[in-house]
Amino acid sequence: MWMAVGTLSAASEGEAATGKDFDVTDMIMHHIGDSYVFHIISFRNGEGELVDVSLPLPVIVWHEGHLKVFLSSRFSGGNELVALGDDHLRLYHEKIYLTDAAGTLHYGADHEVLNPRPLDLSITKNVASMLLASLLLSLLMINIGQRYGRRGGLAVPKGMQLVVEPVVLYVRDDIVNAQIDKDKAGRFMPFLLTIFFFIWFNNMLGLIPFFPGGANMSGNIAFTLTLAVFTFFASNLFGSRHYWQEILWPPGIPIYLKFLMIPIEFIGMFTKPFALMLRLFANITAGHIIVLSLTSIIFVLQSIYVAPLSILLSLMIFALELLVALLQAYIFTLLSALFIGLAVNEHH
Amino acid sequence: MGILTPDPGLVFWTSLSFLLLLLLLRRYAWKPMLRALKVREEYISFSLQDAHDAREELRGLEETRKKMMEAARLEREKIIREARELRKEIVAEAKKVAEAEAIRVLAAGREQLERERRETMAALRQEVGLVSLEIAGKILHDELKNDARQQAVIAQYMKEMDLN
Repeated sequence: MWMAVGTLSAASEGEAATGKDFDVTDMIMHHIGDSYVFHIISFRNGEGELVDVSLPLPVIVWHEGHLKVFLSSRFSGGNELVALGDDHLRLYHEKIYLTDAAGTLHYGADHEVLNPRPLDLSITKNVASMLLASLLLSLLMINIGQRYGRRGGLAVPKGMQLVVEPVVLYVRDDIVNAQIDKDKAGRFMPFLLTIFFFIWFNNMLGLIPFFPGGANMSGNIAFTLTLAVFTFFASNLFGSRHYWQEILWPPGIPIYLKFLMIPIEFIGMFTKPFALMLRLFANITAGHIIVLSLTSIIFVLQSIYVAPLSILLSLMIFALELLVALLQAYIFTLLSALFIGLAVNEHH
Repeated sequence: MGILTPDPGLVFWTSLSFLLLLLLLRRYAWKPMLRALKVREEYISFSLQDAHDAREELRGLEETRKKMMEAARLEREKIIREARELRKEIVAEAKKVAEAEAIRVLAAGREQLERERRETMAALRQEVGLVSLEIAGKILHDELKNDARQQAVIAQYMKEMDLN
């Protein structure tokens, strides 16, 4: 928290120094958005210069048969162009565009950039954060998994096992087994357990207000979209005959209603994962926005006296967000299990 | 809106890391974990069943023990009762035998006494006979110093003998 406040204060001082007002929306959008650098800290040195300490991240772009991998520091914050084949890459507002040698950007009516973008597979701040979460998760879980292999599975659980085990049991018994038929639940158990811990770890890492946390990966639409698509495949690829019958030729209703129901059921196939996607995205992003907004009050009002209230409020929301991090992982997993259960269960 | 447009790079990396994580964790974390949890649950339920069975068995044993104790108690009482009766019988028998023996001994004693008395009497009679004979001899010797006297005595005796 304090680091975030420090960052904000440095940022606001930076803005003030250039004579502009502190733009809350811009700051928040920057924080919840993605970046090609991992910002660590900003401070003013002895000469009063603003020093930005950031970790440059690898940029991986592919365009018309040309693949280029380089550190984002080569853009020097958007001032330099990087050549890729016949084109040039320009970093502008945290996005990479293809430009000519002069770096010309074409703007549309709403001041949006019209330049094409290359296929961008860069390890951005969000990706780095997610990879870190995945690394932590796999190290922890594989370590724990090894301990469960001891003494034929009867070793006394210790340490982190005692933390993870109740969660795994809860997911197994009250989410997966409760929603999916017993004989089919085992097949989806690894998927749902992974999705639960993956979301939870990414949420938690996003809540850490300083490096290497603070990214907003689980509040990014691409992240939630991907997971929702996995749930979509998990439920539809293993759908029972009964499930497809319900969609393609609903039984027990008059024929004219069938033609009404079929499109509804068909759309329903997509609205379910769509709701999953939006729910996680909105909840996590909203949490980040609220914490940042409450902290920004200090800089909007430009008064130190509002700081105690502002920080108290943001701390409360922050505590709430810790709960939401778990809750959203739970809801995503529960609804995924529910949708899979609807598709694969033999009877309702 | 920028934040509502999914970035293909993020989709790619999310898919890649999620799938890798899924494969990795399924193999090295969830499988051993779920198996161990299952083994533990079965072990606990088996142990509980085992303890229940053992308790039942113990209860059965306790009942058997009680039954055996009761049987032993009854047996003991029976034996004691029998022994008491036997004792009574033996004592009665012994008494009978002793009485008979006593009677026999008494009778034998009495017989002995009688025999001895008779013998004594016989001996006494003999002795008395001898002494009286001697005395008689002496008297006769004295009496029969003269013939008249002798005649008188013989006559006397003869008379007496007739009486006998």
